[in-house]
Amino acid sequence: MTDTSAPAQVPLVDYLVLGDQPHLVANQCTGCGARFFDRRNACAGCFGTEFTKVDIATEGEVRSFTIVTFAAPGVPVPFVAAVVDCGGTSVRANIINTDPDPQHVKLGMKVRLATYSLGSDDNGTEAIGFGFEPA
Amino acid sequence: MADNVWILGITMTKFGKHPDKDVVDLGAMAAMGALADAGVTMREMGVLAAGNLMNASAGFGQQLQKQIGQTGIPVYNVANACATGATALRTVIMAIKSGEVDMGLAVGVEKLAGAGLLGGGGRGKSDAKVWSPSGRYGAVTPTDGRVGTDAMPGTFAQVGMEYGHKYGEVSFETFAKISEKNHAHSTLNPLAAYSKRFTLDEIMNDMMIAYPNTRAMCSANCDGAAAAVVVSEAKLRTLSLEQQRRAVKVSASVLTTDPYEEACQILPNVNTLTRNAAKVAYEAAGVGPSDLDLVELHDCFATAELVHYDNLMLCPEGGAVDFFESGAPWRDGSTPVNVSGGLQSKGHPISATGIANVWEICHHLRGEAGDRQIEGAKVGLAHVIGLGSACGVHILEKSGL
Repeated sequence: MTDTSAPAQVPLVDYLVLGDQPHLVANQCTGCGARFFDRRNACAGCFGTEFTKVDIATEGEVRSFTIVTFAAPGVPVPFVAAVVDCGGTSVRANIINTDPDPQHVKLGMKVRLATYSLGSDDNGTEAIGFGFEPA
Repeated sequence: MADNVWILGITMTKFGKHPDKDVVDLGAMAAMGALADAGVTMREMGVLAAGNLMNASAGFGQQLQKQIGQTGIPVYNVANACATGATALRTVIMAIKSGEVDMGLAVGVEKLAGAGLLGGGGRGKSDAKVWSPSGRYGAVTPTDGRVGTDAMPGTFAQVGMEYGHKYGEVSFETFAKISEKNHAHSTLNPLAAYSKRFTLDEIMNDMMIAYPNTRAMCSANCDGAAAAVVVSEAKLRTLSLEQQRRAVKVSASVLTTDPYEEACQILPNVNTLTRNAAKVAYEAAGVGPSDLDLVELHDCFATAELVHYDNLMLCPEGGAVDFFESGAPWRDGSTPVNVSGGLQSKGHPISATGIANVWEICHHLRGEAGDRQIEGAKVGLAHVIGLGSACGVHILEKSGL
């Protein structure tokens, strides 16, 4: 049998869900509602141990940012690192698809989730990253 | 009630480059300096707490004992990021407060000259050949630069920018002026790694590291050590009048970590734990921010100094820019901040920092600070932040003995 499916994709991080409407998911504490992008042994807020998956809004507002022009070896510069408030959940991400300068990136700016290719590995699997672009 | 605790002797080495000394040499220099300043020897020490973050598993305290005196006392090797020195000091203070010992030595040392950027792990030469999820985020390749920044300059840049978003935008120029102040202050400090005054233009046009922090607005990696001899009040009262006169009272010693808050998982919150530490410290010392004659706070970046004016309650909430623009934190202002030059010019040999800033305060309270003496200084506060996070606050008072 010939494999006719499209080349496989993997997300850069496991809290990025790919598909027709890419979005982020968080582990939400069923006790206090605290949201975590990584797995937790217990909730840092209330120590509860039950979590459910919740989708995070794909639109948000830039609450803080920096334009990194000097980074560790192998990290291309410049890039914009930011804190994006997505409907009350703070997300760490780069601001992409705009010039990385203070004229184009502003505090309070409205942004939306966008994905891009990181390239394919030796098996032909494509990794997909995410950032936020001006809305 | 637990006995009061005092600093009996304290010293810092020159910060800068010490190519002819290893970490143990530098630590020994500070430790022996503190013992000489205190007028005591290793024989009187009941406990040693020692920090050297870059070799945190090497048993630095025991290595140090072999160079300055092996008396069999307990050693606590401590590591707490940039709060390591304050943690060593507080460890000795707690040991004395517990009543187990009446005198102890705290030492912090780092060799960081030429260390470059801290915090960013980098990516190695190339990406993985096969995308394979690993770690708590299931990342298929390193995320530094792809999902925000791991390095310190950009992390603390966002801390300052977030303050601007919350309370009203802070200009690049305002942040740069904070750095201008600290570099100006450093010209009076012979132990600073850099003691050159820069113009505002030079600071703003220096190499941009992570907007709005240029190179001149970042703490300086360098070599250095600091050490303190701590004593109980009961023991102090048995010592000479000169020792009692030069001793400095530890009115508060507080260590906090960051409590859970929304967003702290994606950008370390250096605010709440500082505010919490300051509140406890002011209450313990029975003083308020307006009583402080000088403050040494953790200006690892210019963007960090601004938020700590607010966190230490040197100004009303949201008023850090107005506080700075009023001239208050300049050495001739109402609340001099970082008259040593701060981490941006004095330098930041990580584990030494949390004791060196206490030394700066003690130097003024003892009236021994020479050209940079804040006249009549009676009360001072020293603050450090270790990212991760830990916050140390010490309030020191001039001896009334």
